[in-house]
Amino acid sequence: MSGFDFDVIQRSVWYLFRDGMTFTVTLTLMAMAGGIVFGTLLAMMRLASFQPLAWVAGAYVNLMRSVPLVLVIFWFFFLVPYIGAWVIGEKTPIKVGAFWSAVITFTMFEAAYYCEIMRAGIQSIARGQVAASLALGLNYWQTMGHIVLPQAFRNMVPVLLTQTIILFQDTSLVYVISATDFLGAAAKVANRDYRLVEMYSFVALVYFVISFAASYYVRSLQGRIAVVR
Amino acid sequence: MNYNWNWGILLQAEPGGSGSYLQYLVVGLGWTLATALAAWVIALAIGLVVGTLRTTPLKWIVRLSNAYVEVFRNVPLIVQMFLWFFVLPEVLPTGLGDWMKQMPPPWGSYVPAVLCLGIYTSVRVAEQVRAGIQSLPRGQGMAGTALGLSLLQTYRYVILPMVMRIMLPPLTSEFMNIIKNSSVALTIGLLELTGRARAMQEFSFQVFEAFAAATAIYLLTNLVVVLGMRALERKVRVPGLITAQGAGAQ
Repeated sequence: MSGFDFDVIQRSVWYLFRDGMTFTVTLTLMAMAGGIVFGTLLAMMRLASFQPLAWVAGAYVNLMRSVPLVLVIFWFFFLVPYIGAWVIGEKTPIKVGAFWSAVITFTMFEAAYYCEIMRAGIQSIARGQVAASLALGLNYWQTMGHIVLPQAFRNMVPVLLTQTIILFQDTSLVYVISATDFLGAAAKVANRDYRLVEMYSFVALVYFVISFAASYYVRSLQGRIAVVR
Repeated sequence: MNYNWNWGILLQAEPGGSGSYLQYLVVGLGWTLATALAAWVIALAIGLVVGTLRTTPLKWIVRLSNAYVEVFRNVPLIVQMFLWFFVLPEVLPTGLGDWMKQMPPPWGSYVPAVLCLGIYTSVRVAEQVRAGIQSLPRGQGMAGTALGLSLLQTYRYVILPMVMRIMLPPLTSEFMNIIKNSSVALTIGLLELTGRARAMQEFSFQVFEAFAAATAIYLLTNLVVVLGMRALERKVRVPGLITAQGAGAQ
């Protein structure tokens, strides 16, 4: 090994964080927000008493969970332009950038995982609460919105955050559609300057520090939330 | 949707001359399974040891094992792939590094992919092992000690046989994860199932047929794994313990 070149990291660190990390973090946050909303809806569908609804949601979740994320990224990367064209009535596939393609992919993919978490959360609420709320004359949406979901969400916050850390790491896979996320930006510098050892070690270190700190925080949060109930 | 479907493409010859596209994908499945199975052996071996060590009363060993788990859990899989493929040969002594770099394809990507996936998954297995051991009533370990078994014997004859059975369902999902995760190896040039689906799409321009076929093959593989593990679970079940099917079926 011909000496570790710290200079290449110093030269590119601003670019890595301004372009790459911004992409990664924005993608993570948007997919988290979209994934939790869509995942909660899926969880409500899976628990619905109307069977076809439960079946459709179950099939969606199982499909997403049986296929590799890389394949899902490819699917959406090619599929989204066609769906977009169909939605706005164009004849030819529309152009969708890597970023929006990734946001849609990760929202749809992570929704399946968030769904299972929210389902466990909803099922952790005592049935008597639902019965009581219906007896008080609240309808399904009021029961869900005011009674079940706030508690389910609160119980599941640590698990939802843990899943988000996994999502944060998974977003690095957008490398396969040549997006400039944190890893993609580092890969570009690495290949341009032929400094693969330095760049990839640095990327690993940054991911480690962020994920480790985040999971440490989640663990301490778990301790604090657990006593409330 | 304005797309020319052509399912017949699956039976047409692929440009590499190895047969039809369908055969090309099935060989990809073979590489996926070969990668996943070899990595699974590594993952089980290291995971069992590390997971067990984390429950022992040996303070420094517990700390070391925890550090191992944290390192490999907090770095994304694709970054770990790059570390094994691009970085490791440069950091190793020149002779060994050159040998790694000069391995003929596909072994040049297969070996780093297996090592990477094996160690990545070992951390998850270790977590399951630790959780499994800690879910056992503490009395079992104490009973072993009271009977005069050493720490090693208690683990070997009392704790681990129980834990292995408790762990089967979570291990099933880890095994399915390793099959799915092996697709990341396409980034270091291994032509496994997803990589071949992408190559097929590039050769033939039939994007959705390629990915649909790969998806179907993955679903089928999952089904086989689930059924196989269910049969295994039934076979090694401890009589009297509640299992997924046990309660309802009997």
